[in-house]
Amino acid sequence: MPAETPALTVDKMHKSFGQLEVLKGVSLTANDGDVISILGSSGSGKSTFLRCINLLETPDKGVVTVAGETITMRHRRDGRAEPADRRQVDRIRSELGMVFQSFNLWSHLTVLENLIEAPVHVQKRPRAECVEEARALLAKVGMSERETYYPAHLSGGQQQRAAIARALAMRPKVMLFDEPTSALDPELVGEVLRVMRALAEEGRTMLVVTHEMGFARDVSSRVMFLHHGLVEAEGPPQELFSGSTSERFRQFISKERG
Amino acid sequence: MGDLAIFGFGPGGWGLALLEGALMTLLVSACGLLIGAAVGGLVAWARLSGRVFAGGVGQAYAALFRGLPELLIIYFVYFGTSTLLTETSRLFGYEGFVGVPSFAAGALAVGAISGAYQAEVFRAAYLAISRGELEAAVSVGMNRALLFRRIIAPQVLRFALPALGNLWQVALKDSSLISVTGLTELMRIAQVGAGSTHRPFAFYLGGAVLYLVMTVATTRVFDIAEARATRGMRRATG
Amino acid sequence: MDFDFISKTFVRLLAALPLTLSVWFLSVVLGGFIAAGVTWMRVSGVKPLELFARAYILVFRGTPLLIQLFVVYYGLASLPAVRASFAWGFLRDAFNCAALSLALCTAAYQAEIFRGALLAVPHGQVEAARACGMSRLLLFRRVIFPIALRYALPAYSTEMISMVKATALVSLITLWDVLSVALKIRNDTLVTYLPLILAGAIYFAVNYIIGAGLLALERRLSPHLKPRLT
Repeated sequence: MPAETPALTVDKMHKSFGQLEVLKGVSLTANDGDVISILGSSGSGKSTFLRCINLLETPDKGVVTVAGETITMRHRRDGRAEPADRRQVDRIRSELGMVFQSFNLWSHLTVLENLIEAPVHVQKRPRAECVEEARALLAKVGMSERETYYPAHLSGGQQQRAAIARALAMRPKVMLFDEPTSALDPELVGEVLRVMRALAEEGRTMLVVTHEMGFARDVSSRVMFLHHGLVEAEGPPQELFSGSTSERFRQFISKERG
Repeated sequence: MGDLAIFGFGPGGWGLALLEGALMTLLVSACGLLIGAAVGGLVAWARLSGRVFAGGVGQAYAALFRGLPELLIIYFVYFGTSTLLTETSRLFGYEGFVGVPSFAAGALAVGAISGAYQAEVFRAAYLAISRGELEAAVSVGMNRALLFRRIIAPQVLRFALPALGNLWQVALKDSSLISVTGLTELMRIAQVGAGSTHRPFAFYLGGAVLYLVMTVATTRVFDIAEARATRGMRRATG
Repeated sequence: MDFDFISKTFVRLLAALPLTLSVWFLSVVLGGFIAAGVTWMRVSGVKPLELFARAYILVFRGTPLLIQLFVVYYGLASLPAVRASFAWGFLRDAFNCAALSLALCTAAYQAEIFRGALLAVPHGQVEAARACGMSRLLLFRRVIFPIALRYALPAYSTEMISMVKATALVSLITLWDVLSVALKIRNDTLVTYLPLILAGAIYFAVNYIIGAGLLALERRLSPHLKPRLT
């Protein structure tokens, strides 16, 4: 069987904030269709890891490869790492769709305008095509009647579903979710998780940093547990959740269950 | 005379005159600010009173003194009060022209303008006081006067201090316009010096430097006062 | 009430309004460009540029406009170096000096407004744009600028009105603006209140129109801030 190019690989990523080393060599391979839940307590580095993948934070060491293309890095005079080619970063970012904890919809644009903004101006696709696709995505996440609404007039759950549609509108190769339900009221979490589950069943490649154990156990194809910047446990959810070899992971789940 | 010597303190040197002008600037600005505080307090009280007429008058006052050029107001106050005084004294039989001292007219004008802005500052500061604290004071039996003196006034002052620092700077700069009345504040002295020595660049630049020094120094004073007054208060920043 | 006198005075004052308004317009626009440059320096991250920008703002906000005006009009004109240079053709004219001096002053205030507006743009929305692959230029044009503009409008409106009031100072450098004409009429006719009251009415009306216009613009640009009418 010919080797498929993985959708995303991260090789030994390191990141420090000042004296504090947050990532101490984290690696990950995501193939097409993988849904990887990234778990860990606060300070484990899971959000930082995700944000380093699309270079919202700059990793100190490590190699990120998206669909076979490696982000070239170089070192500045003061020793810090930075991307060598800004255009490459922009291009790769447009192939990764990110969903944020605080939604981050653009407040001066309607829902529809939010969705077509990047496809039209970054990917330079024709506007009519973007609008049509945007409408289809809004139907998929259940937000069709609110395409002319401004984010300020939407509930948290509605905003997040719109934000997911916005990320999808870029036709990304990999979706990155940074604690997508952590800022939502409990009764709104369900509607967002339902959308995410539908995406997983569709075969999307997804990396999800989350505290939702149910999602991690039932929907993901793999679970990665980070502890103090290192991968403490990794594997299929059945393996980890039903008696993992890692003591720390067992402690973590019991704490999360409350 | 050499370039910097004209600023010296010896004979023929304008250093002393300029410093005296700066002092006059500080005095007239301070008086203006105080008058503004009184006016501002009154207008704020009118607007907060809930009475339609008083509120309307207060708002009209503020709109008027914020919508007119400061220079116009200074002329108006200076000429206007002089004319008023002359007319009134004529009633009493005095025939000559009665001029209002330029210091008084200037301070009054600056104060009237500052008051329009200070009113808004006081109003916002008052509205920022937590209702709960007022209720607590009333429920321990404080009467209106005590409530005002011990709870409202100190808190209004604390909230208003940053904005008041700003308005002080504005008063300081507005005071330069009083020069048109002939008052010997810094701007006027610089003007006289420039004309008398035919060195306008040196004098106006020197005057600007003195204004800058006054601005920076008094800002420091306000910052210190603010830090002391807001001890123990939770702030939005830092 | 001598209506004839009132109307004659009013007409004479109105005739001076174009001068007032042109000084105002030029200084606001020129000041806007200078402010954009100063703001760019202020947020550039390059230390010397930042320091220069901060010093510029400190000086032009910390000194009275009147003395700045006199430095430009009387001061520069007295320097032999200036008279000999190419700038003299520009600076010998009072109108030019007025526009330049007022522009330099408003630029400092406008720069602070711009900086405040830029800081107010929610960081998350900037990140979302970067995460979509927007280049820095695209990010500024499509996200930062539109959002900052909406934050800047109220303060900008106040500044534009301040500038109308500031134009009254050009009466002190031999320009025949509305205030100068009012003072001349007072001198000639010895009527104290009326010319000043009429001049005040004109200034007030201009400020009102500008304020209302900018408020309407603010409302048009911010449908997202109004409550939704469902």
